[in-house]
Amino acid sequence: MKEFFLGRLNMHALPHEWFSVGGTAGFMGLFILAAIILTRTKRWKWLWNDWLTSVDPKKIGIMYFIVGAFMLVRGGVDAIMIWLQQALSSGSSHGYLTADHFQQIFTAHGNIMVFFVAMAFIFGLINYIVPLQIGARDLASPFMNTLGFWLYIGGVVMVNMFFAFGGEYAATGWLAASPLSSIQFSPGVGVDYWIWSLQISGIGTTLGAINFIMTILKMRAPGMSLWKMPLFTWGSLCSMIMAVIVFPLLTATLFLMFFDRSFGTHFFTTTGGGDPMMYTNLIWMWGHPEVYILMLPAFGVFSEVVTTFSRKSIASYTSNVLGMIGVTLFALSVWLHHFFTMGASADVNAFFGVMTLFIAIPTSVLVFTWIATMRKGRIRYDTPMLWFLGFIATFTIGGIAGLILAVPPADFQLHNSLFLVAHFHSMVIGGVLFGIFAGLNFWFPKFTGFRLNDKIGRYSFYCWITGFCLSFIPMYILGLMGATRRLDHYDGATGWQPLYISMFIGGLVIATGVALQFAQILASYLQKYRLRDETGDPWDGRTLEWAVASRPPYYNFTVIPEVTTRDAFMAMKSAGTVKTVYEDIIIPKNTAAGIYIAIFAFFAGFGFVWHIMWLAFVSIIGAIVVFIIRGFHDDSEYTLTAAEVEKLEKARIAKAKLAVPGKYDHTDEDMGLQQLIGISYTFLIDIVKNKRWRTW
Amino acid sequence: MSKHVGKGHIFLHRLKFGISAFIVLELIIFVVVLLSGKNFAVLNPKGFIASAQSNVILLSAAILFTIAIPTLVILYFVAWKYRETNTHAEYDPQENHGKMFDFGIWAIPSFFMLLMAFVMIPATHRLDPRQQISSYNKPLTIQVIAMRWKWVFLYPDQNIATVNFVQIPTDTPVEFELSADESPMSSFWIPNLGGQLYAMTGHVNTLHLLADKPGDYAGSTAELTGAGFSGMKFVARASSQDNFDSWVNEAKNSPSALTSEEYAHLLKPSEHNAATLYAKTDPELFSTMLAKYAGSHDHGMHE
Repeated sequence: MKEFFLGRLNMHALPHEWFSVGGTAGFMGLFILAAIILTRTKRWKWLWNDWLTSVDPKKIGIMYFIVGAFMLVRGGVDAIMIWLQQALSSGSSHGYLTADHFQQIFTAHGNIMVFFVAMAFIFGLINYIVPLQIGARDLASPFMNTLGFWLYIGGVVMVNMFFAFGGEYAATGWLAASPLSSIQFSPGVGVDYWIWSLQISGIGTTLGAINFIMTILKMRAPGMSLWKMPLFTWGSLCSMIMAVIVFPLLTATLFLMFFDRSFGTHFFTTTGGGDPMMYTNLIWMWGHPEVYILMLPAFGVFSEVVTTFSRKSIASYTSNVLGMIGVTLFALSVWLHHFFTMGASADVNAFFGVMTLFIAIPTSVLVFTWIATMRKGRIRYDTPMLWFLGFIATFTIGGIAGLILAVPPADFQLHNSLFLVAHFHSMVIGGVLFGIFAGLNFWFPKFTGFRLNDKIGRYSFYCWITGFCLSFIPMYILGLMGATRRLDHYDGATGWQPLYISMFIGGLVIATGVALQFAQILASYLQKYRLRDETGDPWDGRTLEWAVASRPPYYNFTVIPEVTTRDAFMAMKSAGTVKTVYEDIIIPKNTAAGIYIAIFAFFAGFGFVWHIMWLAFVSIIGAIVVFIIRGFHDDSEYTLTAAEVEKLEKARIAKAKLAVPGKYDHTDEDMGLQQLIGISYTFLIDIVKNKRWRTW
Repeated sequence: MSKHVGKGHIFLHRLKFGISAFIVLELIIFVVVLLSGKNFAVLNPKGFIASAQSNVILLSAAILFTIAIPTLVILYFVAWKYRETNTHAEYDPQENHGKMFDFGIWAIPSFFMLLMAFVMIPATHRLDPRQQISSYNKPLTIQVIAMRWKWVFLYPDQNIATVNFVQIPTDTPVEFELSADESPMSSFWIPNLGGQLYAMTGHVNTLHLLADKPGDYAGSTAELTGAGFSGMKFVARASSQDNFDSWVNEAKNSPSALTSEEYAHLLKPSEHNAATLYAKTDPELFSTMLAKYAGSHDHGMHE
């Protein structure tokens, strides 16, 4: 009876080790703190109506960013823990982690950084910017978008759930290679948590991708043909098409693995006719394109940043777009380069090696178009451009390493070594993350109405790039010395320890960079009057997102623009601005259906993890029922009449005029770190001295 | 345009700091490590295969740096020259790049990648791990079984076996037949002697290596295998043929034999196993072990 109701769940699953108790207490503390603040400030209703149930892609984009930033810290703590263990664990010392715990940490680090940080930021940017760039008021299916977001949140909760129930995550590496992840070698719930966190968020990604393909193909402003689309939109389109192709593959693979683990099938096992090599193929058929799903929008960001700050149109738009399309096509045919060492014949290895070389051609084309764009430009060096310069250096080094790895005989010596790890971190940090940060600095005025502090942003960049060198150059070197990845301990005689220590120090420097990014946002908030963006066009932008106010009204465009050329907004500016004519606007209503479905999906996953089958089935039926009810919901939109729009617009303009400078807005320049620390110190002292909490 | 733009004047300061920090750090770390005389196992080959692979790595790197370094230099030069404050530089916001430009930016990387392909395709065939190494000396066959978490080596011709230790004669091609028993995928790697290959249950992957110089070389699994992963190491000792022969004799006189009981004992998960010698083995051990997985894996057996 107990087994029926609780499955494998029992008292031992509750937190009892230092990290599970700490993790659970940490998360509970954060939730309680948030709940207290929300209750005290009477903001529950605001949170629910204005944010959680919102179908506005701009709000969903910002929520993606907030959760992604939170998970960046979560995954960053994992990274520091990994490096600390490796810095300590040489010779007679075995560090502070057990091998099993160490392996769980790097697995969680990989999953969190790829799925819940990079994907979140990319989806955040696409949500906010793509509709604005194509002159759309909305998405093709606003509901699907919120559902995708909430399924992502379901994945985020699932990946952290092991703290509270079970106390173990997968210890298999981020792709849970079979047969290590089979029930024979990993009998615990860790791999099940892995399956379901990826499964739930992966389905969300598929939905989001379908939605954005529809939006980009069908909702562009009149006159904007595909060949007039902004480059970030192109990058996003390529990325989303690839996501639609490969994410169902992940879903299917995870289901097969779930069947293997829970119902005793033999798809990927070593016995009973299963074949782990099939798993390796399937997971990398998804896994390799996944990297490019992250990379292509980042390429788009850099194209926007380089053109805007060089004050030139892109050199050879056609080549740039064809480059991104080329990357998309080649990315689907290189997966085998992740396992040349599995024993395929020389012909097979050579084919996939050559395909991998070919993917470098369109990528190089993108770099060349950026150089030619900068040439004969007037380049302004604000923070986004700095991230671009950092990106080029790290990305080129990472790219060279990647192409060396693409040569099978070289790969036999470098595969699974730290050289490989350094390579993909160069790509994902130097490429994807730097692109996201460039985009964040670039579009932040659009998100909030004020620019980001330039000074602290610069410090943050320097910390990131310095930390990156300290961490990843030794990592390349260690790989060449024959250090394999994922070692929780190594012999003192190898002489690797100084390099591992350098990696750990680099990690601390990067962590400082992250802290500075939060400081940057705080300082910008304190000076938001000084940094405010009145025109909606702080950088002399070229594309349509700069044609609307910062922040844009929730219907984006009062008037849908007519597009005649590439760089549509630039052309409009030189031709004179458009007159404002108010018209009726149809707006989707908020809905909580996405939240309910995601909650059901989460409990279904939780039920499967712990073998509580009744819970899983009830939840699946619940999710389907909510979906059907939502499907019959005809009244999902309302009309804002022209008069109402006019009223709203005028109120918004009047409000902007009324804005008054805050306490810290009177200085001449961006707030520096010293000043920020001073302000924070005074603020805290004030709270303590005057017992401010009494009045909260 | 807003009042916030126009910060080119601090450009030089930023660029100098950011980029030179990057390059200087990189150089410092490289030089310090190079001078410290550490063992760059991958680039410090002690065997025929390893030196061929190391040459492929260096040649590829040379080709790639030939295109990458000029690209980076040009990029940072352009970034410096066309900075906002340099009003002498040409400014052409509507610059029209001709067809030659498009041709060029596709042709240059295509040329270099084709060059890489010309290096890669023959090298891939030549250095295919199952490719036999031609030599005057008769090849030595060693069967390797990856277990949790140790390496078991069987010498079928000498009828001896070892755990976490393998000795080979120099200048003799060695044919490692890699498989695994009740173990996750492992990857057999001796960086000084040559590249790795996966050891998987029910499969035999053949890896040919040849040691040029005598010495003790570190070997391990490069693929994550679970809790005992970091302790799953072995020593590969390359020695002269005479030395090898006397070692075989010593092993043959070893008191213990790899009986089926002993094998079953080894099969149980254990960590940090010491190097062990066994005098006798069941000559059918390897094929019996493989037969456990037969039926399920016929399709995967090699020709």
